[in-house]
Amino acid sequence: MIVFNKVSKIYLPNCKALDNINLTINSKEFVSIAGRSGAGKSTLIRLLIKEEFPTKGNIFWGKQDIGQIRDKDLPIWRRQIGMIFQDFRLLPNKTAYENIAFAMEVSDWTKQEIERDVPQLLKLVNLIDRADHFPSQLSGGEQQRVAIARALAHRPDILVADEPTGNLDLLHTWEIIRLLIKINELGTTVILSTHDRDIINGLDKRVVTIEKGKIIKDDENGKYILF
Amino acid sequence: MFASLIRVTKSGGLSFWRNKWLSVATIIVMSLAIFGITNLLLVNVLIDSLITNLEDKIDISVYFNLDTSEEQILATRDSLIELSQVKSVEYISTGEALKNFKAKHQDNQVLMQSLQELETNPLEAALNIKAQVASQYESIVNFLEKEEYQKVIDKINYQENRTVIARLSSITTTIRQVGFIGLAILAILAILVTFNTIRLTIYSSRKEIKVMKLVGASNWFIRGPFVIEGAIYGIVAVLATLAVLFPLLWYLSPKITTYLPGTDLLYFFQTNFIALLLLQLLVGIVMGTVSSIIAVRRYLDA
Repeated sequence: MIVFNKVSKIYLPNCKALDNINLTINSKEFVSIAGRSGAGKSTLIRLLIKEEFPTKGNIFWGKQDIGQIRDKDLPIWRRQIGMIFQDFRLLPNKTAYENIAFAMEVSDWTKQEIERDVPQLLKLVNLIDRADHFPSQLSGGEQQRVAIARALAHRPDILVADEPTGNLDLLHTWEIIRLLIKINELGTTVILSTHDRDIINGLDKRVVTIEKGKIIKDDENGKYILF
Repeated sequence: MFASLIRVTKSGGLSFWRNKWLSVATIIVMSLAIFGITNLLLVNVLIDSLITNLEDKIDISVYFNLDTSEEQILATRDSLIELSQVKSVEYISTGEALKNFKAKHQDNQVLMQSLQELETNPLEAALNIKAQVASQYESIVNFLEKEEYQKVIDKINYQENRTVIARLSSITTTIRQVGFIGLAILAILAILVTFNTIRLTIYSSRKEIKVMKLVGASNWFIRGPFVIEGAIYGIVAVLATLAVLFPLLWYLSPKITTYLPGTDLLYFFQTNFIALLLLQLLVGIVMGTVSSIIAVRRYLDA
C-alpha cells in the first residue's frame, strides 16, 4: 500500500507542482493518474521513486517512510519499483537481452537465474526473436516492451509507467496497455500516468485526475473528464 | 561480491569494444600524453649526460711549494677526499709534472735546453681536484684557504678559472631547472588533456548512468565499468606508445650518440625497460581510472 500524506512540492521560486496531495493506492491495484501536461503527474512519480523530495508531507510504502530512505539504500528501494518512461530509457550499447539482464545483475541475481528469467520475460513481452537486437534496431513499441520486461526483471511490487505510450502510435499503444493489464492481473500494482483520453476511457479502472497540482477527482471505473 | 567484480569487468571490456571509435580517440590522446612524458624523461637523461660531460672537463689544480714534503701533500689529499663535495683528487708529484711537461714541450728546443740548464726540478707538485657539481668549487677552495694549508700551498688556479666555472655552473643549473620545469608543465598538460578526453567520453554516457541508477544499480556497479574502461585505455595507450617509441629510438639513438659520445638512449631504454614500463603503466592506469572516477561522480549525484 502506498500512501501520500499531505504532500506538497514547490519548485523555487514559487511554482507549486503538487499541493497537499492525499492519495492511497492499494496493492495489486491498477490506478491511472490523469491530467494535462504540467498538471503534476510526473512530479508525483518522481517523488515516489525518490528522484526528488517533497517540500512538505510524507510518502509511505507500507510502514516505510520513503523520505527516510538513506542514499545508500536507495538502489534497494528502486529495485522494488519497476519504471517505464515515455522515452524508454534503454541502455543504447546493450542488446534487448542485456538490458534486461543488467537490471538483474545490479541486484546480484545469479547467472543461472538470469539465464532462466530473461528469456521468460522476453517471451512475456513477445520479443524472444529480438533478444540480440540493440535498441536502435527496434521499433518504438518494441523498445517499450523491452523496457517493460526490464522493469519486471527484479519482480517489483509496483510498476510505475510515466506516459508510456506518449511516443507510440495507436496500435502499439494498445499493445502496451494490454501488457500492463496482464501484468496487473499477475499481481503487480500498476500506476499509469497518462493524458490520453482514449486509454483512460477504454481501461475502466480507477482514475485519479490531477489539475494544477491538486487531485480534483478520484473515481473507481472513472472516465477522463478534462477537455 | 566476486560475481559483481566479474560482471563489472566484463561490462567494462564490452563497453570498450562497442564504443570502438571513442575508445580509439581516447587512446590516441592518452598515448600522446604518455609518449610526451616519456620523451621528456629521455630528454632529461640526455641533458644530464650532456652536463656530466661538461662538468667532467673542469677541475682545479692546487700547487704546493717546492719544499713541501710528499706526506704533507698526501695528508691534504686525504682530508680533501673526506669532503662530500669532492669527486676525485689526483696527485701529480714533481717528477710526474716534469715528465708531463717534457712530453708536452718536446718539440720546443729552447724550453728543453733551459730546463736542462737548471740543476733542480722547477715544477711544483699538484693536486687536481674534481667536484661532484660545478657549483661546489667555491667551497672546496674555501676549505683550502685555512691556515694550515696556506703555509704549504703556493697557488690555486681557481681564481683564473673562476669565471668559466661560475658560468658553466650557472648554465648547468639553469638547464637542469628548465628541464625539470618543462617536464612538470608538460606532464600536467598531458594529464589535464587526458582527463578532459575521458570526461567527454563519460559525458556521452550520462543518460545511461541515469538509467542505471533508475533500475537500481549501486554507485559502484555504475562506476566500475567506467573505471575498468579507463584502465584499459591506459594499458593500451602504454603498449601503443612503446610500439612507436622503440623503433624511433632504435633509429635515432646512434645518431644522437655521434653528437654526444657516451650517450646511448637505446641502451638506457633497454636497461631501464622494466622500470619505464611499470612507470608508464602506473601513469596510464592511474590517469585512466582516476579521471573516470572523477568524471562519473557528477552524474552519480543526480
